[in-house]
Amino acid sequence: MSIRFNFGGDEHIFGEVSEDMSLTSFFTGLSMTNAVRTAGIQGITEICPANASFQIRFNPDIVKPQDLLSELKSMEEAASKADPVLKTRIIELPVFFQDPWTRETCLRFRERHQDPSSTDLEYSARINGYATVEEFIAAYSGQPWFVSMVGFVAGLPFLYQMVERKKQIQAPKYLRPRTDTPKLTIGHGGCFAAIYSVRGAGGYQMYGITPAPIYDPTRKVRYLSDDMCLFKPGDIVKFKAIGRDDYDATLEEIEANRWQPTVRECTFSLTDFNSDIYGTNAKLMELINGR
Amino acid sequence: MAVKVISPGLSTSVQDLGRPGHYHVGIPEGGGMDRFATRIANLLVGNDPGAAVLEATFMGPELEFTQSAVVAVTGGELPPKLNGEERPTWESFPVKAGDRLSFGFLKGGARAYLAISGGIDVPVVLGSRSTYILGALGGHQGRTLKAGDELPIGEGSGKAGLSLPANLRRAWNSPAELRMLPGMYWHRITEAAGNRFFEETWKVAPEADRIGYRFRGGTPLEFVEREQPFGAGSDPSNIVDACYPYGSVQVPSGTEPIVLHRDAVSGGGYMMLGVVISADMDLIAQLQPHTPARFVAVTLEDALAARAEQRAALARAEEYLAG
Repeated sequence: MSIRFNFGGDEHIFGEVSEDMSLTSFFTGLSMTNAVRTAGIQGITEICPANASFQIRFNPDIVKPQDLLSELKSMEEAASKADPVLKTRIIELPVFFQDPWTRETCLRFRERHQDPSSTDLEYSARINGYATVEEFIAAYSGQPWFVSMVGFVAGLPFLYQMVERKKQIQAPKYLRPRTDTPKLTIGHGGCFAAIYSVRGAGGYQMYGITPAPIYDPTRKVRYLSDDMCLFKPGDIVKFKAIGRDDYDATLEEIEANRWQPTVRECTFSLTDFNSDIYGTNAKLMELINGR
Repeated sequence: MAVKVISPGLSTSVQDLGRPGHYHVGIPEGGGMDRFATRIANLLVGNDPGAAVLEATFMGPELEFTQSAVVAVTGGELPPKLNGEERPTWESFPVKAGDRLSFGFLKGGARAYLAISGGIDVPVVLGSRSTYILGALGGHQGRTLKAGDELPIGEGSGKAGLSLPANLRRAWNSPAELRMLPGMYWHRITEAAGNRFFEETWKVAPEADRIGYRFRGGTPLEFVEREQPFGAGSDPSNIVDACYPYGSVQVPSGTEPIVLHRDAVSGGGYMMLGVVISADMDLIAQLQPHTPARFVAVTLEDALAARAEQRAALARAEEYLAG
């Protein structure tokens, strides 16, 4: 596999690891961006890993674009051979699926949807071969997800589920984007889940809502006082399906600023994962459930 | 010392030279869309070039001062009025307690920059006072100004009567020519579509803001046929969500190009044809809706030469103002 490098104007280098999404491509991109960060090259202003690509922004008055490109290319071999082991963390996020707020929004924008006669959940369950919405939610919240990119807007994670490709849940975006999405909606587009960090326009299918803020520009939320964004690329997320009572209780705790998500340090090996996906996931999930 | 907002204008926000370093979590650099105008406004009133100013879009605010200061307006031709009397742009002038500053109709460009000696002293967030409106971050309460707001002003020592002559400012032509380095996902469109993209004259659409500028009026793109890669989405303009460079030209569904600007969305699932060069980002900031514009293909060498030229122009202006 060879990275397709490209100058994005005179201030960016864009590297596409692969056209399609895979955890292997994500890991190569992450290894590259980690290597660039470690190298401490003068003139680099932004280092952004993405799903199956990455982007480096630089000041061409400080580092010559061609020199930087050569340097990146020289890191490529090491990155693709790097032992794909990541020291990271697993975060459990409570999600109220089939909540009244995303449902209301979903009904308000029905004419922009592929199937105006079903809800987003009913439609997505059906096209992914699940007999019921409940089975679909069980699949959605049963296995963990990788934060493969953070962006679009502040703190919004793109999540890629840690299952084999044939089990990946896929759904098209709305035919025309909505002008509104509730804050903290769990959405899905293509093969990615996303959590809307702020209220706003959006085109992803809407499945549920989390009570937990994931972005706080005021830094008042106790677990967002250092980093105003909860998620970083490489984090692992496990959705925990909750009902209305749990949602309300958690929200009350959050409003009193007493709540924080369960977070555990962990090590993830892509090799171990590829040889035993569900065994690897089970061990990760034990870290948050097993006590 | 404070400035009271009597009326906010159409979209007025606090901006400086931005907060690089957080794009990987989706927080854009931000800052004055026209960086040359932002810097010069500050220098005219004796501020550091990176002090916070007000960026007013299409229509100016009305402000009342509670203490004397020196102010200057640069960027688009939005004529300032002090207590109803017109004052020049690109020139510092004094204001005193009780004075009201308002603006006439926009005569050229799209965004004006008002610097006040001492700078607008809102809290620094992630290294900058710039307002990131989408993320409700920085600036004055993370938003554009509203009537009744009061903005704190720092201690300054500007001189009135300092001005930057017209030959040291940047002129804009019609149609606007936006130089662009083709690349990114250029290979996704046919050669004929690529040629047409540069030949046609586009027009700035009404959807033009700090996030990005949309253009319309050209022919929809033809894509090279392919089976869409896993995870990319079904439209031929879809890619597996990737980072968006500042200045990148994305074309959702192949119809209307969008050039991302200082408050760019940091990534997404639309293919990009390339990236507008850094030297032309200020120019975009001054385009009004309906302005005709063309994209002009350049090489990386051209882009670097244009950047050097722009730096030299800034240096000449700075030298002049340093006297």
